Amino acid sequence: MLRRKVGLLGTAVGVAMLAVGTAQAQDTIKIGALTNLEGPFAVPGQDGHRGVDMAVKLHNGMAGGKKIQILKYSSDATPDKAVAATRKAVEQDKVDIMIGPLSGDEGIAVKNYSKTHPEMVFVNGSSGAQATTLQDPSPNFYRFNTEGAQWMVGLGELALSKGYKRMWLVAEDYGFPYSQVQGFMASYCAMGGHVVKKAWVPLGTKDYSSIIAGIPSDVDALVVVLGGSDAVNFLNQAEQAGIDKPFVGGSITVDQTVLNYKGKKRESLLGTASAGPMADGIDTPAWKKFVADYKAQFPDGFPSPSLFAYLYYINTQAVLLGLDAVNGDLSDKQSKLKAALAKLEFDGPAGHIKLDENRNAIGSTYITEVAKAADGSFYNKVVKEVPNVSETLGLSKADFDKMGLGNRDVPNCP
Amino acid sequence: MSAAEWRRAMNTGAGRRAWSRIPGGPEAGGAPPSSATVAMVAAPGIEARIGALLGHIRLRHVLVLAAVLVYPWVVNSFFAFQIGGQAMALGLIALSLTFLGGYGGMVSLAQMTVAGVASYMVAIFGVAGAAQGGASSLGWPWEIAVVIAVLVATIFATLVGWLSVRTEGIYTIMITLAIGVSFYYLAQQNYSIFGGHEGFNQVYAPTVLGINFRDPIPFYYLALFWALAGYFFVKYLLRSPFGIALQGVRENPRRMNALGFHVTAHRVFAYSVGGVLAAIGGVLMVWYNNRVSPGSASTEMMLNILIIAVMGGMKHPIGAFIGAIVFVLVQNFAIDIIARERFNLVIGGVFLLIVLFSPDGLLGLWAYFRDRFLSGGIQSKFKSAEGG
Repeated sequence: MLRRKVGLLGTAVGVAMLAVGTAQAQDTIKIGALTNLEGPFAVPGQDGHRGVDMAVKLHNGMAGGKKIQILKYSSDATPDKAVAATRKAVEQDKVDIMIGPLSGDEGIAVKNYSKTHPEMVFVNGSSGAQATTLQDPSPNFYRFNTEGAQWMVGLGELALSKGYKRMWLVAEDYGFPYSQVQGFMASYCAMGGHVVKKAWVPLGTKDYSSIIAGIPSDVDALVVVLGGSDAVNFLNQAEQAGIDKPFVGGSITVDQTVLNYKGKKRESLLGTASAGPMADGIDTPAWKKFVADYKAQFPDGFPSPSLFAYLYYINTQAVLLGLDAVNGDLSDKQSKLKAALAKLEFDGPAGHIKLDENRNAIGSTYITEVAKAADGSFYNKVVKEVPNVSETLGLSKADFDKMGLGNRDVPNCP
Repeated sequence: MSAAEWRRAMNTGAGRRAWSRIPGGPEAGGAPPSSATVAMVAAPGIEARIGALLGHIRLRHVLVLAAVLVYPWVVNSFFAFQIGGQAMALGLIALSLTFLGGYGGMVSLAQMTVAGVASYMVAIFGVAGAAQGGASSLGWPWEIAVVIAVLVATIFATLVGWLSVRTEGIYTIMITLAIGVSFYYLAQQNYSIFGGHEGFNQVYAPTVLGINFRDPIPFYYLALFWALAGYFFVKYLLRSPFGIALQGVRENPRRMNALGFHVTAHRVFAYSVGGVLAAIGGVLMVWYNNRVSPGSASTEMMLNILIIAVMGGMKHPIGAFIGAIVFVLVQNFAIDIIARERFNLVIGGVFLLIVLFSPDGLLGLWAYFRDRFLSGGIQSKFKSAEGG
């Protein structure tokens, strides 16, 4: 009796699902958006979703004459979860296009997964690992943002111009900081600078006392490629230990979370140089409009769009522009859309973007310095824009291949 | 220990007491075992054993087996691979905990670590993609890598057992938690062997006789095969002299010791057996994820295995798989039920409700409903007994 009831219920649910399935008309394009809503990047991940929503809204919710429907997915910054969420979107929810994921290792895993579904387009979210597009790239994975190494191009020159000839480096021990360090050191070493010692610390290190004790006294400055709470902990402890050398930071080292922390060391951060694909203080109408739109649309968001909102925004914008270019035509395994995306060029909020032959972005990097605004708050003032930064960091393909991807020991110039 | 020794032990009070606490097969819920089960253990003839085995097959067993065999053909690849395949692999790891915890009285959090060791060994000895961290795999054929993986993980599990069997209750949990966390940090910070934070990518399931086990349906059947194998192995083992002695040890170690059983040896061997199950689950997990990193054996994953085992119910081996299926379903579909930012609330809520309202997990829930509704309820039974 009970079994029959269960059976009936099952049939009813099945019929209901079928009905929903057919009601889904062909004039809607389903886009899956994967960020992090749990784990260490839950807060940036939320801002990533804001970036997606904002791009769709500014496009009036339409692209190529079709309605855009966004389905949201979440991972916890682990590649396993990222692939699981992507697989659900693609195989169960049948999205047409997939945008995501957020962090580097996730990006490599999703890129590998995209090869099992060559019929559809995968676009990166905000992940910035070099290996995603430089090692064994996938023909249907597109990245309209530049990656971790590109974000640091030009910072080496600035450090040398400030007279930092010998530097000491501390960075977290995983893929993204490897890329950042390579972006910095490739040109810094080539132009005669020396990184005398590198300290690699595990992600989430709380006690830096033994690391700080190992800073040689004869270096000119420190390179600090740490993020979030790691950066705050290091800066606090360096201050307590009486370190008075200037800093050069990575792309997520001196962001708003670090600049807003309270402490005496904060004052000494003034003038700290860093670099990234965007900066709060970009002085162009396009960027100002982007910030104004963000503030208007998300009163509960950050004071100004984070890196993740920006990266998800440009990747989503690229998809919508591509759909416009082909009038929403996804037939023949999305071949028209793939061709359109590969040759797409557009002006994002922070500079011109186009793709290279591995479908990775060539775009601008902004060199910044921490400055004090009129109201006493700290922000990153743009010192210089480096346009057209390629994934080979301005080197020829042969030279870059000789160096290889960044890791603990590459590049090296003690 | 031989069957004859077991029979001698049975004649003492301790043995009988142990018997009365053995969860009785699929009819679970702590029902006393039928005399047929006793006969099956004692009967020496192979024909009699097979006959007794066949006698145990009920309609529901045939239905469940048919359902799991047909399942991947009626659902899409997502359900076959991500729900079915993953649930079977996780269930196998949870089964090792059910075996240790439910029957040996030793709750080991390190079962996911054992699985993680097996995963890592498959990557280290077998074929994996180049890692940015600098570790490289040996590239040996997958058959050898898998055998080594299961062996190493089993030895590891035995060592874990050897270390922790002299502790009881919460101390066992603590010591296995400590071992698990140590392994996590070892893998996280060792670059030459374990590949650090990134671990190993592109660890693919092999292609055998033209069947690519990376594909959803072949992988599902592979996982199903090992899940069934593990399930029947555990069921068999629980009725063997060793299994019964193990349950005796769970109930009263001092008494078993007085009877001449080597309590520590039984417990350590239980860890080894659990290690084999977890190791096979670990091999399946690395092929399922195509990769392994410290996160694959993190504290969160260790707790997930505990959640699966407890949620399913530790009174019967099938609980591990029921728990795994529910866990995987909730994890995948909670995000569709509620606001995207709040979906972990659903996951936590479901687990809380199950554990709160049924201390024996989903199996306990099922036993309750069966007693309450399907067989007229316990009270009516009592009444009819009084009347007769």
